[in-house]
Amino acid sequence: MNRTWSPYNKISVTLGLAFLYLPIILLIVYSFNASKLVTVWGGFSTKWYAAAFANQALMDAAWVTVRVALISATIATVFGTLAAIALVRYTKFRGRLLFSGMIYAPLVMPEVITGLSLLLLFVAAGIDRGFWTIVIAHITFTMCFVAVVVQSRLITFDTSLEEAAQDLGCTPLNTFFTITLPIIAPSIFAGWVLAFTLSLDDLVIAQFNSGPGATTLPMKIFSQVRLGVTPEINAICSVLVALVTVGLIISSLSLKRNEIKRAREAEAMRA
Amino acid sequence: MTKPTAAEREKFEPWNDPTARPLVEFRNVTKNFGSFTAVDDLSLSIYEREFFALLGPSGCGKTTLMRMVAGFCEPSEGEVWLAGENITHMPPYQRPVNMMFQSYALFPHMNIEQNIAFGLKQEKMAKSEIADRVGEMLTLTKMQDFAKRKPDQLSGGQKQRAALARSLAKQPKVLLLDEPLGALDRKLREETQFELMDLQERLGITFMIVTHDQEEAMTVADRIAVMEQGKLIQIASPRDIYEHPGNRYVADFVGDINFIEGIAQSTNDELIKIETADGLIVECNSAASIDKNQQVWFAARPEKLTVSRENPVVTGSNAVEGEVWDIAYLGDMSCYNIRTDAGKILKVTQLNHSRTSDAPITWEERVWVSWTNDAGMVLTS
Repeated sequence: MNRTWSPYNKISVTLGLAFLYLPIILLIVYSFNASKLVTVWGGFSTKWYAAAFANQALMDAAWVTVRVALISATIATVFGTLAAIALVRYTKFRGRLLFSGMIYAPLVMPEVITGLSLLLLFVAAGIDRGFWTIVIAHITFTMCFVAVVVQSRLITFDTSLEEAAQDLGCTPLNTFFTITLPIIAPSIFAGWVLAFTLSLDDLVIAQFNSGPGATTLPMKIFSQVRLGVTPEINAICSVLVALVTVGLIISSLSLKRNEIKRAREAEAMRA
Repeated sequence: MTKPTAAEREKFEPWNDPTARPLVEFRNVTKNFGSFTAVDDLSLSIYEREFFALLGPSGCGKTTLMRMVAGFCEPSEGEVWLAGENITHMPPYQRPVNMMFQSYALFPHMNIEQNIAFGLKQEKMAKSEIADRVGEMLTLTKMQDFAKRKPDQLSGGQKQRAALARSLAKQPKVLLLDEPLGALDRKLREETQFELMDLQERLGITFMIVTHDQEEAMTVADRIAVMEQGKLIQIASPRDIYEHPGNRYVADFVGDINFIEGIAQSTNDELIKIETADGLIVECNSAASIDKNQQVWFAARPEKLTVSRENPVVTGSNAVEGEVWDIAYLGDMSCYNIRTDAGKILKVTQLNHSRTSDAPITWEERVWVSWTNDAGMVLTS
């Protein structure tokens, strides 16, 4: 591998990163703007953060968002893990290909379609839209991400560990809880964090399936922006960016740490 | 828990005792995976206190056979019996047998002590009793100092011991060993082989080992079953497998061997005279009943042939002239490939008795390969 960076590489990396992150950096910078005008720099200030946290409507929306994310991520993790186990372990059931396709479809499905179809379902079933319909919608679209993360761990799982447990007198169910679950726990946790952050910043699907009294933070921000961007919005968005970043870092670190550990074990096996 | 005496050791042949009841019994067992037949209508009895080896190339069905005893694999046809009980459909967690896995399968999130205690906890054994048994197993496998270590903090040899301790903790009726020493280096493997034998003798547990390493099987086992394509080819003691293989497959799989194909000329007085297509006469003592003019193979191990510069035989048989084609110096012995004038390669090994030799046999030299009437055997298939 070439260690030194050619000018071409330098330029393309700089441009690429700038393209990705310049808008976000701009947003964060302007969230510390003292001026009331969003695009005019008027000195450093944190007053918009204070204003944002004092805005009751904004805080209510944030609380709804966190509750939705916590509940939907947890349930999606259970469903996603079960789906992953079914896909990896029971390779011979009828319609497995269809099932795995159906698990992954929401990954690539346009959110508008997911949102709209769920809305149609809720209307047809006569369910009043509100907090719980958002939760259900979020479970639906985040569980496939959990399934992908857990599945990739299960594929490398040494099934002789489970056989050894059963050989030593452990029933299959107990084996799952005492052997399988503790070993794949880091990936399940990573899946949960991923589901949590996805739910946290979803706008489209929540928009379709929310009802009166259940406004999530992204919905609130979007509706406020339509009336004009205020520095307050910049502040709350910066907080959101920070939360999502932290979540993603935790998720990928816990996966990475396990990968390194497993690589080391594999190395030790060979040695 | 004492070592058997030499006399007892000599007598241990339950498979020749018609009153002995087998501990593990396969009755006409067949296992199909789709269209592939891994085990083909196989019957086999293994006796108490026996160290039994299943030997064969990969894919011969030996692992499948072992997994049927453990319960991870159900036969498509036939029955598996253990200590007088039909266990064909019993789930693995109810069987009084334990297995040591090729990958060791130590639970990575538990330390060695917890790994060993795992099986005992499933039995709902009292805590103090578990602690005692774990201590006993740690001592038995000399792992006392590593009780609190996690598996990934152990070397390959230590993991192997830990896995052995875990599989012995429940005092199984049969211990199944799936290529147990495959991951160890040669020296450690040889040491561990002797330790396994010692352990088996002291505990009096029946061991069943699966291996593709014929030396390993010969070292540890009382009896060896050689398998090929789901069938048993021969079951016998290591010595019989080596010196009296039933056919060319077994002879070739276990150790090195030279085959000389020919036609039986006369078969009187337990001496068989064979003539090859290029006129070589081989005389061989054999009790096998062979018809005149039957096609046979004379088979002789490399160490039972002699290589020399002069023809030491006067009768005109059991000697062939050739040229040294290749020499491998292995330290304790030298291995010669001699190309006979008929173009056949014969393998001969000779011990290097003395450290120095003035005129060792060298490449392209004309030599004679000769042997006695007892050196080889006559195989018909």
